[in-house]
Amino acid sequence: MKLINEKIKQTLAYPALLMAGVTLIVCSLLLLTNNLTEQPIADRQREDLTKLLNQVLPSSAYDNQPLDKKYQIEIEGQTLSFYRATLKEKVSAIVLFTDSAGYSGKISLLVAITAKGELSGVRVLSHTETPGLGDKIEVAKSNWILNFKGLSLKHPDSTGWAVKKDGGQFDAFTGATITPRAVVKCIHSTLQQFKNNRDVFLQTNTAEENINNN
Amino acid sequence: MQQYNYKEMIKSNLWDNNVVFAQMLALCPLLAVTNGATNGLGLGLITTAVLFFSSLLISLIRSFLTPQIRIPIFVLLIASLVTIADLAMNAWLHDLHKVLGLFIPLIVTNCAILGRAESYASKNPCLPAIVDGLATGLGFTVALLVLGGCRELIGSGTLFANASVLLGKSFSIIELTPFPAYKGLLLAILPAGGFIMLGFILAGKRIFDQWRAPQAPPIIAVSNDFSCHVK
Repeated sequence: MKLINEKIKQTLAYPALLMAGVTLIVCSLLLLTNNLTEQPIADRQREDLTKLLNQVLPSSAYDNQPLDKKYQIEIEGQTLSFYRATLKEKVSAIVLFTDSAGYSGKISLLVAITAKGELSGVRVLSHTETPGLGDKIEVAKSNWILNFKGLSLKHPDSTGWAVKKDGGQFDAFTGATITPRAVVKCIHSTLQQFKNNRDVFLQTNTAEENINNN
Repeated sequence: MQQYNYKEMIKSNLWDNNVVFAQMLALCPLLAVTNGATNGLGLGLITTAVLFFSSLLISLIRSFLTPQIRIPIFVLLIASLVTIADLAMNAWLHDLHKVLGLFIPLIVTNCAILGRAESYASKNPCLPAIVDGLATGLGFTVALLVLGGCRELIGSGTLFANASVLLGKSFSIIELTPFPAYKGLLLAILPAGGFIMLGFILAGKRIFDQWRAPQAPPIIAVSNDFSCHVK
């Protein structure tokens, strides 16, 4: 069964046209799949984020939809993105994304800070630390990350914001000191950044601003 | 009309001519994923699906292909199929995607898929091509499961941990912890442990084949027979 004459196949244009044709078909298939999956993927990602938010912030702490708008702030050349949780039109807490250099790559953290400057919760979003050693920063592997709840810059003071090996109050893991040290340092500096830029973080968005965003 | 011996094809792909244990292909995704049996099973199933569709499509268009551009077309098709699988999983099997998401792009680097496209699907009609694709995928899944299971047992003392994420809640019964007191050997989970374990499994297969060969000579005939199909 020969669908195409061998002579046509020998021409110079045939491979080019075939390649172009296949590319066109494949591209339209990809476009179709992308259109079909765009909305479900966005929904799933939002569900993930909502689950995370519920882990770091009690639902009694806010009455808005914090995930509706993402804010950005530039501190010391670093751009941080965060969400504002408001209660009765006043910002009650912020949830911000930050990252730190761990033992073998970036550790991404989600840090929730109340308006008073207290930690409401911290979670590790992603990391590439050694499995079995450094991965105890994940809430699925160990309760270590839960210890940060309720802490602030005053409690403990700045000498306490370190792992025990460095004279601080936080436990390190057996066989992994660099990972917890990086996480502690990162949370500490996030609290300081919050303190230094408190007004920007806690700016209540006026009704006017909301209209502009819609 | 050429006769196709499907039983032999499946047998050959599962054991005698297994992608991993005999052809030594697809080691990159294999070693990256197999720190647990569940991950291995997940990647194996997606790879099988991709192999199924790539074999079908390439077999369908085989009479249009010319030798000069067949490889770019295979690559284009396989890469697109993997992208589609990635997007579809992210949308409809999101929890699984969170576990395997990082490894899905690795399927593109799986030379076994290109290998089957080039050596089988582009030369045979649809049905045998599909069976070959599925059998190759199944062989790869078995390899992933065996290596993943061994590494998980030695590395963390569990078997099929988190299987309910992959297969649904009802499968949580296969999540085993055979040695609850055993803390695990980190090396087995790290890539180096994967290489070492693969070496042991390969050695084991060789010894088994050598031990079986004198009593059952047809095995060799089978693999010769298989290579005839490729013509």
